[in-house]
Amino acid sequence: MAFAVLASTAPSTTSAPSSDPVARRRSPVALFLLLPGILYLVLFFLTPLVSLLLTSFQAPREFGDIGQYDYAFRWQNYVEVVTTYWPHIVRSFSYALAATFFALLISYPLAYFIGVKARRWPLLQSLMLVLVIAPFFISFLLRTLAWKQLFSDESYVVQSLKALSLLAPEAHVTGTAFSVIFGLTYNFIPFMTLPLYTTLERLDVRYLEAGNDLYASPFQVFRKVTIPLSMPGIVAGTLLTFIPAAGDYINASRDFLGGTGTQMMGNVIEANFLVLQNFPAAAALSILLMTVILVIVGIYIKRSGTEELL
Amino acid sequence: MGDGAFADRGADLQLVGIEKRFPGFTAIENLNLTIPAGSFFALLGPSGCGKTTTLRLVAGLEEPTNGRILIGGADVTNQKSFQRPVNTVFQSYALFPHMTVLENVAFGLRRRKIEGPVAKAHEALLLVELDHLAHRKPQQLSGGQQQRVALARAIVNRPALLLLDEPLGALDLKLRRQMQLELKTIQEEVGLTFLHVTHDQEEAMTMADTIAVMNKGRIEQMGEPQQLYELPKTAFVANFLGQSNLFTGPVVSTTSTAIAVDVSGQKIVVPLGRAHRVSGEVTIGVRPEKLTLHVDAPAHDSGRNAMGPGKVIDVSFSGVSTQYLVAVPSVGTLVVFAQNMAFGPAAHVGAEVWLSWNVDHGFGLDDDPADTPRFEADLDTKTIAQQRRSSLITELEEA
Ligand SMILES: Nc1ncnc2c1ncn2[C@@H]1O[C@H](COP(=O)(O)OP(=O)(O)OP(=O)(O)O)[C@@H](O)[C@H]1O
Ligand SMILES: [Mg+2]
Repeated sequence: MAFAVLASTAPSTTSAPSSDPVARRRSPVALFLLLPGILYLVLFFLTPLVSLLLTSFQAPREFGDIGQYDYAFRWQNYVEVVTTYWPHIVRSFSYALAATFFALLISYPLAYFIGVKARRWPLLQSLMLVLVIAPFFISFLLRTLAWKQLFSDESYVVQSLKALSLLAPEAHVTGTAFSVIFGLTYNFIPFMTLPLYTTLERLDVRYLEAGNDLYASPFQVFRKVTIPLSMPGIVAGTLLTFIPAAGDYINASRDFLGGTGTQMMGNVIEANFLVLQNFPAAAALSILLMTVILVIVGIYIKRSGTEELL
Repeated sequence: MGDGAFADRGADLQLVGIEKRFPGFTAIENLNLTIPAGSFFALLGPSGCGKTTTLRLVAGLEEPTNGRILIGGADVTNQKSFQRPVNTVFQSYALFPHMTVLENVAFGLRRRKIEGPVAKAHEALLLVELDHLAHRKPQQLSGGQQQRVALARAIVNRPALLLLDEPLGALDLKLRRQMQLELKTIQEEVGLTFLHVTHDQEEAMTMADTIAVMNKGRIEQMGEPQQLYELPKTAFVANFLGQSNLFTGPVVSTTSTAIAVDVSGQKIVVPLGRAHRVSGEVTIGVRPEKLTLHVDAPAHDSGRNAMGPGKVIDVSFSGVSTQYLVAVPSVGTLVVFAQNMAFGPAAHVGAEVWLSWNVDHGFGLDDDPADTPRFEADLDTKTIAQQRRSSLITELEEA
């Protein structure tokens, strides 16, 4: 099951001794067991990455056709994509940030309820977990298309909003920043909820009781005890949401919830690669996206003080 | 409790008709208890008798099914845990794993906005001799050290009522004595009220002003340590606090000052003032150290009860005293503690001996000899289902 896998990868709340002497000893058996994984990574991650990096520095072939490039060291590619596409870059990260924020806002109470409040009713717990992952049974594309239908100008939702004067008569919902962020939030909620659930499910309520006993109001207990103890889940959930959301190109696409003014980096990469056949620009944008995400994640983990937990 | 200040004295605690039912299990039944302000009260009982549950009810971490809780005269039954002027040393310590030892201890002070929380936390840590570990995380401490941090974290708040759930259980004997002394000093200095849970009877007897012996969710007997020891009311207390020799038999005669009980043909006299039941079948007893061992049949003495002859079946030497097990036909096996006044045992295994004791040292129990368990767990599934349902409904109504 999906959350079982997540449970094993999500960092643990309880600070188990991290320096297990047996695990730290270098052994040939461990290397041998790692071999398939290493081979896989070299073949399917490292090789394409190097290829991508080389492509990002390619120069157009002299007198060549559109889409013909030669290996070179044309670092200007990077300058060009940044000067051309900086609004998309900024938009990507701000949309991803907003979606992560809203997903956290929605998922935390949900995960808290399933993982802590519903402990006495295991059946309810399982049922709610199934509901959280149920959307995965339907294709990502179909679900996003369904939202497009719901938000279209002819939909009952939009018509009713307009009838109630909550929406201006000439306004649209699809193609706006709202609908893109909405779609991102909606699509990544399970990725936020499941890691949060796995840490909250193991939260020892005796710590909360101790907080209560020491004059902390429920809100103070939440802020001083619950949040710090569920930090590993928060970090895992926000990363699992933020990283794919920053590179997402479905929600912001004009065929789905986006419009011309909402294009994100993913859409630009797609257009450069498939339509304009400007492979170096697409590659440079990809490398840029990856680097920025790595830097942001690194700072984030450092700041949240959970590096020993990840 | 107001912010920014310590309690200047202890508060009294009153439990009125407390009952606590868990689904399918009655943990506490009709508990009435008054603990005067400024006293050191020990709650003593075997594992699972409801001691922790009682503390949790007082701390507000559990709601009573019935009954009221009053602290310092004020009804706190409906008050939330964080509003009660109470702190707990938890049996499981429950130290916050994400905070240093120092921050753990300062937590309560900060919540109440007491001045100088860090300095006060250091003081409390000095008291439990752990100040040098103030910057460690709890999981880097040993069990005993964690327990002392838990103690410091509660005591630093100087609550009007401090609840201690086996606060010294993980300590070695020397440290335990030292901490007992510290606790007693703090309690007396400020006049705080301590409710101390333990299953160490010696600890209870040396530290407490009043002891309540709890069994199966009920207080069996309550009183000063010496009174409890010398005049136990039930067989449970007689055997839980120290050891006792118990006999049963019918009361055969009553005078204005004493009753005489026929124990398998031997007449045993108990003063009227020390007997809880004075007619019918009764259980009487005497403490092992009150018995005197004789190698010859003792001469009749109206001031002493005699029993025998019996056979010594075991002798074990323990330094200050020697314990003899004496089998008396049709009465049972008696335990005798004799001070080692001379070298060598007074009697060897297999020897024929008589026993005697001062009439004033005997006691008569309140128990019906044909005692049945006081209450059984109502464990049939239907009852459990019903209790679950009703507790769920109340919970949903609250939400
Ligand atoms: N949440 C609960 N649900 C059901 N039964 C419970 C619950 N909490 C405690 N009990 C039961 O209530 C009884 C009293 O428990 P309690 O923890 O008060 O015992 P205790 O006297 O503190 O024992 P110990 O000396 O071992 O700590 C036990 O039989 C226990 O199984
Ligand atoms: Mg207990």
